[in-house]
Amino acid sequence: MKTELTVNGRTHVVEIEPRTTLLDVLRDRLGLTATHAGCEHGVCGACTVLVDGEAVRSCLILGVQADGLDIRTVEGLTTGDGTLDIVQDAFCETHGLQCGYCTSGMILAAHALLRANATPDEEDIREAISGNICRCTGYQQIVEAIELAAERMRTSNVLSAGEVVK
Amino acid sequence: MKPAQFDYARPKTVEEACGLLAGDMDARVLAGGQTLVPMLAMRLSRPSVLVDITRIEALGGITLGADTVAIGAVTRQAAALASEVIRDEVPLLAKALRHVGHPPTRCRGTMGGSVAHGDPSAEIPLAMTVLGAGIVFADDDGEEEAFDPADFFLGPMLTSAPMGGLLTRLVFPRRGTAPTGTGFREIASRRSDYAFASAGAQVVLKADGTCAEARLGIGSVGDTPVAVDVAGLSGTRLTREDIRDAVAEALEDLETVDDLHATARYRKRAAARLAELALTEARDDALEQAG
Repeated sequence: MKTELTVNGRTHVVEIEPRTTLLDVLRDRLGLTATHAGCEHGVCGACTVLVDGEAVRSCLILGVQADGLDIRTVEGLTTGDGTLDIVQDAFCETHGLQCGYCTSGMILAAHALLRANATPDEEDIREAISGNICRCTGYQQIVEAIELAAERMRTSNVLSAGEVVK
Repeated sequence: MKPAQFDYARPKTVEEACGLLAGDMDARVLAGGQTLVPMLAMRLSRPSVLVDITRIEALGGITLGADTVAIGAVTRQAAALASEVIRDEVPLLAKALRHVGHPPTRCRGTMGGSVAHGDPSAEIPLAMTVLGAGIVFADDDGEEEAFDPADFFLGPMLTSAPMGGLLTRLVFPRRGTAPTGTGFREIASRRSDYAFASAGAQVVLKADGTCAEARLGIGSVGDTPVAVDVAGLSGTRLTREDIRDAVAEALEDLETVDDLHATARYRKRAAARLAELALTEARDDALEQAG
């Protein structure tokens, strides 16, 4: 089925089977492998992407359902010259990752939160990442990373990580 | 974890969707897909065609009526949670929605989808059961049929949804002007996971501070959410003892199930405690409104 996907601002027209998940389209058809395949049934959050600015699981959306929607993956956070965006940088600084498997999902979940709420407290942060499983960090450094990113976004006048709307 | 093959249709109208569903016994409705897509991935569901109803405009939106709030079937759970109309007019539902999945699944998951799926631990069906909300289906003849939760939820993932019908909206009663307090409590192993036991309560107070009406429902402990009769609380001041005694009596014959996560005995004990907490929360909420 012919499907039009807008990923990181670029429009792709792909011919896909209805049973193909958005996750598989991103990884296998578009080569965007920063979105990780974890459990593939909606439990782990590793495949989180932004759809119309909101964090959702790409394994729980069929590619054909994403027709016409605005999709953003970790590849779309930066310009591609190796510069990290504010949230990625904060994860590095606070050791918010070890193996890195959950990290792309965590970063996009954090982005969705920070777009809607510029001053999240710890409870807001834990709620925002409640659907993302990390088996390494124990979550504490991830929470610290998002707190740091929020602070930097508030004080930065160059928001490479999107707009804070509230 | 890859689904088996199926066809996909994206109708633009309710009539078109009902026609597709009526024409094929193995067709299934796809709304938010937050439960159906995992079932497809695990091949627990093998539909011939998925009828994606999320682009049918008539199925969206939250409408405030004279006595009711109608919620379109494809309204996202996140949109319902953010709705001021629901917060002000159906406060119990607003409280229940906070426990539905987590932010990423609420962004996609729909109000109608959760009800049509009929999971006994789902929070929206429990809120509907407490409040006696209506579940409206359309069929391919253009007829509508409304169900009460007590008749609709038959067992785990088993409902009396009409064959070939399409759930179009949920109709909740608006709260009245009298102080109306609500409480919602559940126990799960992790935040956002399926609850082992859950309780929703709503109480309305008279001007003298006594209880005019008390409603209670229990979910997650048996085959369906159940409304529990606590009418005996009417006329009382909803003291700790009043609540404790009413809950103990009302839940005496509650049927609970054993599974890997919790024993039936544990569920019964948890249900009673959660019911007390939910009613207490509802009472305090109402007293605060009464000033």
